[in-house]
Amino acid sequence: MSVTRRGVRGIAVVALATSMALGTAACSKDSGGGDSADGKVTVVLQYFGSPGFDQAVADFQAKNPGIKVDAQNMGQLKDFQPKLVQWLATGKGAGDVVMLEEGPLQGYLQDHKNFANLLDLGAAELESSFLPYKWANGFTADKKKLVGLGTDIGGLAMCYRSDLFAKAGLPTNRDEVSKLWPTWEAYAAKGAEFKAKNTGAAWIDSATSIMQPYIMQNSDTWFYDTSNKFIGDTNPVVRKAWEYGLKLGTDGLTSKLTRWQPDWDASFKKSAFATLPCPAWMTGVIAERAGDEAKGKWDVAAIPGGSGNWGGSYLAIPEQSTKKKQAFELLKYLTGKEGSLANFKEKGNMPSNVPALDDPQFKDSTNVYFSNAPTGTIFGTSVKQLKPIYLGPKHQQLWENIFEPQMQAAEQGRSPADAAWQKAVEEGRKLAEG
Amino acid sequence: MPDPVRTAESPPRATAPPAQPKRSRRTARRAGRFGQFDTKASPYLYIAPFFVLFGLFGLFPLIYTAYVSFRDWTLTGGDNGFVGLANYSEMLSDDRFWNALFNTFGIFIVATVPQLLLALLLANWLNKKLRFRTAFRMGILLPNITSVAAVGIVFGFIFADRFGLLTWLLDVVGLDPIEWRNSRPAAWTAISIMVDWRWIGYNSLIYLGAMQAIPKDIYESASLDGASPSRQFWRLTVPLIQPTIVFTAIISTIGGMQLFTEPLLFGYGRIQGGALNEFQTIAMYIYERTFDSNYDYGYGSAMSWTLFLVIILFALGNFLAVRRSLRGSTK
Repeated sequence: MSVTRRGVRGIAVVALATSMALGTAACSKDSGGGDSADGKVTVVLQYFGSPGFDQAVADFQAKNPGIKVDAQNMGQLKDFQPKLVQWLATGKGAGDVVMLEEGPLQGYLQDHKNFANLLDLGAAELESSFLPYKWANGFTADKKKLVGLGTDIGGLAMCYRSDLFAKAGLPTNRDEVSKLWPTWEAYAAKGAEFKAKNTGAAWIDSATSIMQPYIMQNSDTWFYDTSNKFIGDTNPVVRKAWEYGLKLGTDGLTSKLTRWQPDWDASFKKSAFATLPCPAWMTGVIAERAGDEAKGKWDVAAIPGGSGNWGGSYLAIPEQSTKKKQAFELLKYLTGKEGSLANFKEKGNMPSNVPALDDPQFKDSTNVYFSNAPTGTIFGTSVKQLKPIYLGPKHQQLWENIFEPQMQAAEQGRSPADAAWQKAVEEGRKLAEG
Repeated sequence: MPDPVRTAESPPRATAPPAQPKRSRRTARRAGRFGQFDTKASPYLYIAPFFVLFGLFGLFPLIYTAYVSFRDWTLTGGDNGFVGLANYSEMLSDDRFWNALFNTFGIFIVATVPQLLLALLLANWLNKKLRFRTAFRMGILLPNITSVAAVGIVFGFIFADRFGLLTWLLDVVGLDPIEWRNSRPAAWTAISIMVDWRWIGYNSLIYLGAMQAIPKDIYESASLDGASPSRQFWRLTVPLIQPTIVFTAIISTIGGMQLFTEPLLFGYGRIQGGALNEFQTIAMYIYERTFDSNYDYGYGSAMSWTLFLVIILFALGNFLAVRRSLRGSTK
């Protein structure tokens, strides 16, 4: 999921190399004390992907002349995650403010001794400014310790190529397009219609793309129940989403791409597919990959099956930080109204901060790249009534390392669907319980 | 820069020794004793840095890894005590472990055999009188000094499944595209090409060095006896550089068993090595379990230790096999 969504900066490899270099830099800096010569306190911010912090960090520094922010882009989540775990385990190397994705978040909440309690730093007063579920998700099970404050969320929509729709004789106006697919069944039916017109493009990029929105719309748990028991094999929604996705594949509606890989990136330029489930942050992903020549060809409509949330991160302060006070100032700013709006303007990341969501800068925003679609209204609609979904400790690894690859193998015809499911479930249980 | 305090003091010191001959004798004796100590101890001192570094970065991790491998220890949860051989027995029944081991051996064989053979032929060619010989000799080492990450990016484009250079070339000559990451043989071949591209030059230079140590008159008399160049190569050159071949075989074994970066980059940074782990090597699986999925430090350590033993056994086996087959060639 958003792992890779944040890997907007090209190939994993580059990110890996950069994050390695940055990793060493972070280590050496940390042991050196960190206060710069001019009397400023240096706060190290470590994030992954493209949360759009550049402007917000600059604004924060302007407002807090005593604090210097050393913002370190650690590449993709999958590059940053292993490093952060090592730094937390050894008690050295982690930044003063670190970004945690909602997927691995529960794992950190289970072993939370490595993180500072934000309530001790004065976070309690901020409760009213966050979406309730986002606020609640940052707490440990006993609700006594607040580990993270929310940055962005992923309100759902469906991005589509209006030029390909026109070619296939489908409506191109976003309101009419939204009416084409009230349900996922209708979406598949329209896909068949689209396919019959032979535009040379597939209906959707891959079978796995529908998993996150589908499950997040239809269930409040995924691989785990709320007592952290593995239910990946018995949660009916997971199985239904899996089968629905693979059916799209066998019906020839998917492009059978592996998401977040160079072929997938290239396929945006080659117009290989017509629709893509689209959480708010995905608009940035598409714009970066499809480039200027596709500007105005993309548009945003409602997603089949109603609202839901896909992705989103938190900021936390590791216990090992020696500058928690200043770190909290930065954290508060980045997750606050002004910081959130700056992130939104920079990369399209949708705030979890309520005042920011209510601000006209977000509400009335349109996206030029997506044919001036009113993204503020589309993504903002019903996001405040969102049902939270519980993800569990090893959610991210279960999805990315096991279920998604198995589903891809089944979609690409390398493994029978049943065998792939059996294998995913079996290995999933091992990972969850191991 | 002259130290002001020292320079102020030095004149009296310089004049002092002649005034006290007794003391000077004592210093001489002391110097003699020191000289003895010096001859005995300094050799150890000179080689000490190696042992200190080896102890710090070689021996200590090895022993510590062995210690951790007997414990239930996760990176996020900490050390939960001694569990005996539990990690090892879990490993033996772990399909993914055997799959990774199989891949590692597979890629090793697909990569190393042509690699050493080509390096040998290349070295033989470079050993002849060529125009621009030095340029060629330097040139073949270039791939080796290229950053692996850069190699990964470039080969990633060449071997991209759908919009890659090779797919395009195959299409031009009218062949079906190959899904490089979706089948074991294709992935192994692609990774082997990456590995070989980097290491053939390195091995050829080693062979070349050994070949140049062979006296020329041997070849002259062989030529007089009417031995063809290829016969000379197989019957003289190869047996005479046998120790070097054994050395490269062992080095390649160690490198091949630890193969990590190339398959990782080939899979665009995904540690699983293909959706069905078609090209996940043992080093990648160790990393996955320890740092990426379970944070299982104990289990990772158990696998690391097993890998260490496998490398020793396999290198030993290789040593014997290569030596025997080369002996055979001289008969």
